[in-house]
Amino acid sequence: MSSGKNYKKVAYYPGCALEGTAQAYDRSTKEVGKALGLELEEVKNWNCCGAMEVKNIDPKIQTYLSSRVMSIAANEMGHDVVMAPCNGCYHNLKKAEYDLQNDQESRKVVDRISTKAGHDTYQAGQVETIHALDWIRDEIGEEGLRERTKGALKGLKVANYYGCMYTRPRHIFPEKDQGEGSESTLTPHFMDDLLAAAGAENVDFPLKTACCGGAHTLSDSDTSTLLVTNILKAAEASGAEVIATECPTCHSGLEMHQIRAEKNFGYKSNVKIVYFTQLLGLALGLKPKAVGLHENISNSTDLLREKGIA
Amino acid sequence: MPIHEEHLIRPENLKTHENLVIDGVDVSGHWSTFIESRVVTDYNEAIEEEISSLPGGEFIHRCWQCGSCTNSCTVNAVNPEFNPRYWIYLIRMGMESELLRDRDIIWQCVSCNKCTYACPRDVMPEGVMKATAHWLELKGHTPKSPSTVFDEVFAGQVIETGKIEEGRVLRHFLKRTGQPMIQPWLVEMVKRMVFGLPLKMLIHLGLANIFRPRTSQWARARSAINEYVAEKEDEHQTALGLDDLVELAKQEVTSKSTPAGE
Repeated sequence: MSSGKNYKKVAYYPGCALEGTAQAYDRSTKEVGKALGLELEEVKNWNCCGAMEVKNIDPKIQTYLSSRVMSIAANEMGHDVVMAPCNGCYHNLKKAEYDLQNDQESRKVVDRISTKAGHDTYQAGQVETIHALDWIRDEIGEEGLRERTKGALKGLKVANYYGCMYTRPRHIFPEKDQGEGSESTLTPHFMDDLLAAAGAENVDFPLKTACCGGAHTLSDSDTSTLLVTNILKAAEASGAEVIATECPTCHSGLEMHQIRAEKNFGYKSNVKIVYFTQLLGLALGLKPKAVGLHENISNSTDLLREKGIA
Repeated sequence: MPIHEEHLIRPENLKTHENLVIDGVDVSGHWSTFIESRVVTDYNEAIEEEISSLPGGEFIHRCWQCGSCTNSCTVNAVNPEFNPRYWIYLIRMGMESELLRDRDIIWQCVSCNKCTYACPRDVMPEGVMKATAHWLELKGHTPKSPSTVFDEVFAGQVIETGKIEEGRVLRHFLKRTGQPMIQPWLVEMVKRMVFGLPLKMLIHLGLANIFRPRTSQWARARSAINEYVAEKEDEHQTALGLDDLVELAKQEVTSKSTPAGE
């Protein structure tokens, strides 16, 4: 375990997307946790972390928003680990942690707004923010998954797509790139490792950390469609049947622009888009409905049924 | 060719003569060596300082012009005109008119942070792109980009209620940018979504529009954030030398709104 902390019971920060377009990610994360005997306690009365937009109005407001979530988890609920499955939330909490550790000005602004808002100011180091990937990998491990899933995803060709916010910029992820056992920011592999442990065949996918244009998915849709088209093409060229995602923005971006590429540019692709937690859930014997497979826009049910997975 | 000479060989700066003989040599036609002479006289040395005063632009002075940012850039790969390294050069040199040529695409940075990852000098080019896009808007060189409108709609909702609801963000964004709600891809997406969804979920999605998700006891946080935003806006206005202009605009608005004879 990277930090030596216990991930058996952690504070859970779903974020706005997991209450909206990414309910399937929320559902499958919770179900997988239950199946693995891990406990999630949702952060009480949480707020939006600021996503990719608030920082463009002012980065320090984003730092405040993220710090409030961590403050509640630490000071009101007594947690020292916050698990965020959304790359955006995960990234912003990490960024806030970095800024509060290294920037006097950020500390001042956060303290000022926290005091006026009437809650304890978050102090750097009070919690460790982890991704759903860290949570499962560190607490259950590849060996643990291998025993529990018995290679259930055998025969499924997967392209693992991590997107931008999970690894960039490097300086906000001090625990990454620390040699064996740690995550790599250049070629991340935690999702590959987990799905391989569940029996999946990971294809050699060169665009693991390419950008889907998520920040401009609505304001500059054509660029986003172009970027997603590249990702879909690369996945298909690598022989993938599904793209596994671990970020709600990437996931809905891929789904939306897969349709848009077909409607607006005539590019049709057959690769399916699935949350990694949905695949793990199915591998653990959960029903397709339990992991929200029917809630995806990209319909992977037939493929997964054919493979004997769903 | 050095990056700063790039603009010299644009088609409009090349000389073409139908019949030109110099010292008995026929040099008619298209010659890239006969470049229109160009003297830059419109340096605006304040740009670098102004952009550094905006969030994200703080570290522009560190740039060494290595080009790692442009080399790694996601948008550059689909549009070679999108060139962060060149813009940083122009800003630091104060070459305003050359920078303004690209005013309509600078906002297209998708914040993938590949540049920030690659930069050996911690310039944080992603932040510089955002600061430059804001500078263009604040100075009135461009209207608010769709990206800025989206940021405002989004951030406005977060500050108002503590949370966002995606359907509402989408509707407000399309409305503010004057786009119809009925987009072919959106219709197709909703069709496929509805197809697989149980009624319970549809009702949930519908209700989210009526009962907006919100963080409770948010009022104090909201007013503290709003107060901070207002202060920052004033600061930026002063840093960009816009105080007089804003004052003038305010006076104009007040004089127009006061009925004649009073």
